[in-house]
Amino acid sequence: MAKTIVPIGPYHPLQEEPEFFTLTVDGEKIIDIDVRVGYNHRGIEKLSESKTFDQSTFVIERICGICSTSHPFAYTRAVEDIIPMEVPERAKFIRTIIAEGERIHSHLLWLGLAGHFLGYNTVYMWAWKLREEILDAMEILSGNRQNYAMFKPGGVRRDIKAEDIPVVLKKIDSIIPTAVMLKKAVIDDPVLHARTKGVGILTKENAINYSALGPTARASGVARDLRKNCPYGAYDRMEWDMIVTENGDVFDKVVVRVLELFESIKIIKWCLNNLPKGEIDAKIKDIPPGEGIGHIEAPRGETFHYVRSDGTNRPARHKVRAPTFMNLPTYKATILGQTLSDATIILAAIDPCYCCTERVAVRNIKGKKLLHGEDLVRMSQQKTELLRKKMGVK
Amino acid sequence: MNREETLEGIKDKFKDDIIEVFDKSATRVYIEIKPEALVRVANYAFYDLEARFGIASGVDTREHIEILYHFIQEEVNLIISLRVKLPKDKPEIDSLAPSFEAANWIEREIHELLGVNFRGHPDLRRLLLPDAWPQGVYPLRRDYKEWDKKAIRDRGV
Amino acid sequence: MSIKLNALLKSPWVFHLSTGSCNNCDIEILDCLTPRFDIERFGMLLAGSIRHADVLLVTGSCNRQSVERLKKLYEQVPKPCLVVAIGECALSRGMFIHSYNCPEPLDKIIPVDVYIPGCPPKPEAIIAGVVKLIGKIKNKK
Repeated sequence: MAKTIVPIGPYHPLQEEPEFFTLTVDGEKIIDIDVRVGYNHRGIEKLSESKTFDQSTFVIERICGICSTSHPFAYTRAVEDIIPMEVPERAKFIRTIIAEGERIHSHLLWLGLAGHFLGYNTVYMWAWKLREEILDAMEILSGNRQNYAMFKPGGVRRDIKAEDIPVVLKKIDSIIPTAVMLKKAVIDDPVLHARTKGVGILTKENAINYSALGPTARASGVARDLRKNCPYGAYDRMEWDMIVTENGDVFDKVVVRVLELFESIKIIKWCLNNLPKGEIDAKIKDIPPGEGIGHIEAPRGETFHYVRSDGTNRPARHKVRAPTFMNLPTYKATILGQTLSDATIILAAIDPCYCCTERVAVRNIKGKKLLHGEDLVRMSQQKTELLRKKMGVK
Repeated sequence: MNREETLEGIKDKFKDDIIEVFDKSATRVYIEIKPEALVRVANYAFYDLEARFGIASGVDTREHIEILYHFIQEEVNLIISLRVKLPKDKPEIDSLAPSFEAANWIEREIHELLGVNFRGHPDLRRLLLPDAWPQGVYPLRRDYKEWDKKAIRDRGV
Repeated sequence: MSIKLNALLKSPWVFHLSTGSCNNCDIEILDCLTPRFDIERFGMLLAGSIRHADVLLVTGSCNRQSVERLKKLYEQVPKPCLVVAIGECALSRGMFIHSYNCPEPLDKIIPVDVYIPGCPPKPEAIIAGVVKLIGKIKNKK
């Protein structure tokens, strides 16, 4: 059969970021893939060299809107590594809280988009609705929905007010029931099982060979989590679990992320309840010549920053490595041999729709009965149950 | 394997290749090696020490082009950075991409942004820069000057 | 105002285009579609293809590689088409003004009708901006 080349992108309706995939297919089967990136390249490493150490935090915050905490976190750790110094205890806790809040909203965002790619918009709407609550909590803590601007070399810019803590705790407690429901809806869903189990497997050997990071590696059974292995911030103070699964398929990646949500909620709650008193900023005077490395576990994996100082107030070189840079090439290992529909994850089954339920009241014409959000959720859960029995999924 | 054993192992095995060991702190070690020994040492770190290849950072200093290969050993909480210094007029080094896939993209990036030639790299195409970018202009070099005469650098107010 | 323009204002379909943004503005645009903000109330829908779109939402600081695509896509939009620049990068390139890969601001490349400032603008601001755009065109009639 003749080979066909299917271009995807760079501007396609699914992903909000531009990237260009060239899939070579033989019938339905994918036999080669090439990725062209660079639609987002803005030369930040060069820009950072023209800013002062303090200004750089704002530039690198805009590397990625979703990881807008991870990059400043890694960068400030790199600058602190040049000196070397430790930040005050309270600053460590605040940093941890902000970083975990970002992890929750990032995982929910991914979960929603994954549902959207599968044509399963219910998950998309639910996950993003839940995410709004987290963004509200972050707005209370930092003043911003995204781009928190909380970090600076030596500490944090903004303190958490004592009167905000109960409000945020209440907010976080209020999302747990919805999160539990979402977890059940995603992990036990027969359609998601059918679409994602055994699809796009990244083997353990490949995960190591490609140096995959974060949930991508942990889903393949590689226990890599800097929060446990190279503790920073306040992660070594409390009890929490690293989530590792074995199969490496898409479903396991979903599972890792969903379960990590609950670990993050646990960490935030512990930090807010045990926030120590004291300074939030070590007030760095000047930065000596030298080099420093900062790495932290971002939602997608390890973010790595290398900063070199020549004794002036600007970095002489600033290298940024985002986790996706290592994870993206694993496409080559996971996609080959799969079918086109799985690769693009655009075709998908239609499932009972939970979406928009909260505010919509459906009027049943016959019985003039008003159905509210809860009723619709119950009905769709019943239907999923039926489907599950029919398909024989447990 | 703990930190001391790891470091002693490298020092013993590559006595002749190591130029300088800079033990910065409990979790950071910088080892300068001869450029021709890179593949040997990197393979030892990746396969024998089972360190994860973090990334490579290319730096344009006044005298050399430096490349740092960061290997991360999570079990020991240690980052080993292998430093090589290349001459500025003809920066060339053996590629690590045939040894492990993780080095593939970063070598493409350093190739286009700093102009280092990686011998034996399977696929040295452009990664980040647009196709219309002129040949031989490397934005991360210190002597980079704006080449685009049409570029607008003010806000018009 | 032409009939065509009047017709498209009833339910403007938007196409979203990122020209090298940090993703934040894009997420806030998608946020507008989700239950809390629900931009579909105004008949707005995210179109899958540029050929179905009436309004072009552009984010990002126009880097060299995506500008080529931007020009091509702008040629493909059925005219009349309204262009909305969202976020500081699309307005003036913000802090990326001296970046080697971002040579020109958006409004030097294609005509822009509405500017929504912010880094990132909140979803409320995006909705307000689009509503203002509709009002502005209606008043011109």
